[in-house]
Amino acid sequence: MQRRHFLVLSAASIGGVLVYSLDRTAFRLAAEDRPIRIPLRFFTRDEAMIVAGAAARIFPSDDTGPGAREAGLVIYIDRQLAGPYGRDRHRYRHGPFEEGVPEQGYQRDANPQQLYRAALKNLVGFERLSPAEQDQALTKIEDTDFFKLLHRHSIEGMFCDPIHGGNAGMIGWQLIGYPGPRMNNAKDVDKHFGEAFRPKPASLHDIFGKDTKFHPSEDEQ
Amino acid sequence: MRTLPRVDVVIIGGGWTGLLMAKELGSRTSLNVVVLERGGPREPHQYLTDMDELDYAIRLRMMQDASKETITLRHDPKQRALPVRKLGSFLPGTGIGGAGEHWQGWCPRFSPDSFEIRTRTIEKYGAQRLPEDCDIRDWGITYQDLEPYYTRAENLIGVSGKAGNLKGKTGPGGDPFDGPHSAEYPNPPMKMPHLAEMFRIATTSMGLHPFPVPAATISEPYTNPDGVHRLGCVYCGYCERFGCMIGAKAQPTNTLLPVIAKQKNVTIRSHSIARRILCNNDPKAQHAKGVSYTNERGEAIFQPADLVILSSWTLNNTRLLLLSNIGTPYDPVARKGTLGRHLTHQVSTGANGFFDEPLNRFMGAGASCIMLSDYDADNFNHENLNFLRGGKLAAVASGARPIANFGVVPQSVKSRWGSEWKKAAIHWYDRVGAVIFEGEHMSYTGNFMDLDPTYKDWLGDPLLRFTLNWRDNERNMSDFGNAKAVEMLRAMGAVETATDGRLQNYDCRSYQATHIQGGTTMGTSPENSVLNPWLQHWDVSNLFVLGASSFPQNASGNPTLTILAQTYRTTEAIVERYLQKPGPICG
Repeated sequence: MQRRHFLVLSAASIGGVLVYSLDRTAFRLAAEDRPIRIPLRFFTRDEAMIVAGAAARIFPSDDTGPGAREAGLVIYIDRQLAGPYGRDRHRYRHGPFEEGVPEQGYQRDANPQQLYRAALKNLVGFERLSPAEQDQALTKIEDTDFFKLLHRHSIEGMFCDPIHGGNAGMIGWQLIGYPGPRMNNAKDVDKHFGEAFRPKPASLHDIFGKDTKFHPSEDEQ
Repeated sequence: MRTLPRVDVVIIGGGWTGLLMAKELGSRTSLNVVVLERGGPREPHQYLTDMDELDYAIRLRMMQDASKETITLRHDPKQRALPVRKLGSFLPGTGIGGAGEHWQGWCPRFSPDSFEIRTRTIEKYGAQRLPEDCDIRDWGITYQDLEPYYTRAENLIGVSGKAGNLKGKTGPGGDPFDGPHSAEYPNPPMKMPHLAEMFRIATTSMGLHPFPVPAATISEPYTNPDGVHRLGCVYCGYCERFGCMIGAKAQPTNTLLPVIAKQKNVTIRSHSIARRILCNNDPKAQHAKGVSYTNERGEAIFQPADLVILSSWTLNNTRLLLLSNIGTPYDPVARKGTLGRHLTHQVSTGANGFFDEPLNRFMGAGASCIMLSDYDADNFNHENLNFLRGGKLAAVASGARPIANFGVVPQSVKSRWGSEWKKAAIHWYDRVGAVIFEGEHMSYTGNFMDLDPTYKDWLGDPLLRFTLNWRDNERNMSDFGNAKAVEMLRAMGAVETATDGRLQNYDCRSYQATHIQGGTTMGTSPENSVLNPWLQHWDVSNLFVLGASSFPQNASGNPTLTILAQTYRTTEAIVERYLQKPGPICG
């Protein structure tokens, strides 16, 4: 059995917000700056540091507000890769695998786990580069399947329901004024024209007051 | 293979059409009916806690599992077909309710002239105007034949809207280009979000005729003629790709199952994958004996039946007939044969507009949109245009979810990641609105379906192969539609716009619409179609095939309402004519 890796972060670096543990119970991190250990399910510690660094350049924490680090993006990606999605559980995987024209879609054998693992081998030490050097390194790989996937996962992890490990504290939703799955828009939908109507965000957990049934197919071990 | 006791009717596929047929036969006859559904059962009350964009809208929880079954695609016979390894340009359903569970709920009727498209087009513009390999056909029925059943389908669903043409009289608020309705819609139009209102005001001032999309996401609580109650919509924005949390969107599970559940003569078997329709060996009097299927435990079962209804959506309607050697497969070289012919999709393009003010886009329902038919069908003159037919334009105010919608920025923003992009994407997130163009896709002799020689499904049967590409007619039509969309967005106050660009090759990667038509088309003779105008197989009279696979080509509008109307019409023909005198229904 592979030794389990942990990502050690300072609480301040992720904003002292909600983090979800393996069994999906939320705990709020103390605001004081003490290191916390988050168990990783797919990445090694070194891989997680690279991914966290790269995601933070795609969606930086800056004067427009928090970004990948505060939202817990690396945790989201780790979870997704460890689950059925990472193993391409729902993709047609029968051969022969042949290259076609782009409009026939992605045809390679490699699944998201393999794409990440291979690409991260070429980015060893990424997290120790300066931000400008990191941007340079990412610009070089902008057209790769890996980067496109990382970019897509960054948006997913910023704006998914926090149940998936990203969008911690609904930081992503707050950035764009999205209230979550709100069930009482009937009185407001044809009003507020021309003004920003921004109800307080609520996640599925907030709405139902508990963890709703979570389907194993998306997050099976 | 284990053989079960004979039943009267076996229905393959438990979506809108199969379950509507089951409900009608269940209540109008004492026949013993079995429905075989390949996917699992569904409990619609579970939808309430499942408003999870990632799981449903991005990872496609409710759709066909591509690891088990998909299609292969090539643009023309010279290209090698490769499997569509992930669903993209269309999203077939599976499980009880099928794609009818996760649809958007747009319910327009088809333009009356689309049923006689070939005759009308040649009459008006001459045969020389048809594109090179154009293969459009009349349906063999007219709008008038279908009208009473359109009304029944609207009452079943509780469609919210305003008829623009009531018994031949056009009035304000609806679609003046629509065919005559014999009755007003059962519910008033939905409330309209800001973007939809902007579209209505702008296009009215342009002299056009906008109207509320006829909606299956109903505006008020409603009890349908079967006594089924549903709630009015709350505009949460979780419609397409989801089951409705409160049942306001009509779905087979909340509209048909409550009736079927009480019918003792209807049985639904989920996790039952139809493999073949078995026929007798007499070529002069071909007769379906029943259906072989694989159950949840992998057992091979034979279900004998007197009547077989094939209602498994376009892909498997065609594939199952090909696998069962029923009918004449289409030969694209000789242009002979009918099965697999007339494959069409939907032109789906448009433009984004960027606005100064926020739009509160999170509020909306699948069909809380405004559309117009001024550039649809042959509602405008094509004499000096470089294409035939047209499409509907609509402002999409369906409720925007963040993963799918974040990151749309004006072309002036060059970066696609990092601080500059993030700042722009956050600023524009709630200030982007789309006007889409939903255009007709004519059939061509070169677009068709057959069995793939290489790739197999998880049970070892050949996948269905698409040979499909756009022609200049669609490309030119889409350019025209995009330009109109830009004009409308400008009139709505957009400070910048961006179109999807010119349509290139058919692309399986980005979503178009789950409107796939053809393969088992209806028509006036066995030479030009698989089914007669009653959707009865020309060669096998105890086999009926339901759904958009019967459409000789795509019409611009969304197909579900027409599919339901056709199913009602076929049910009536079965109950009132076929059961009285089994055999080909004539006339």
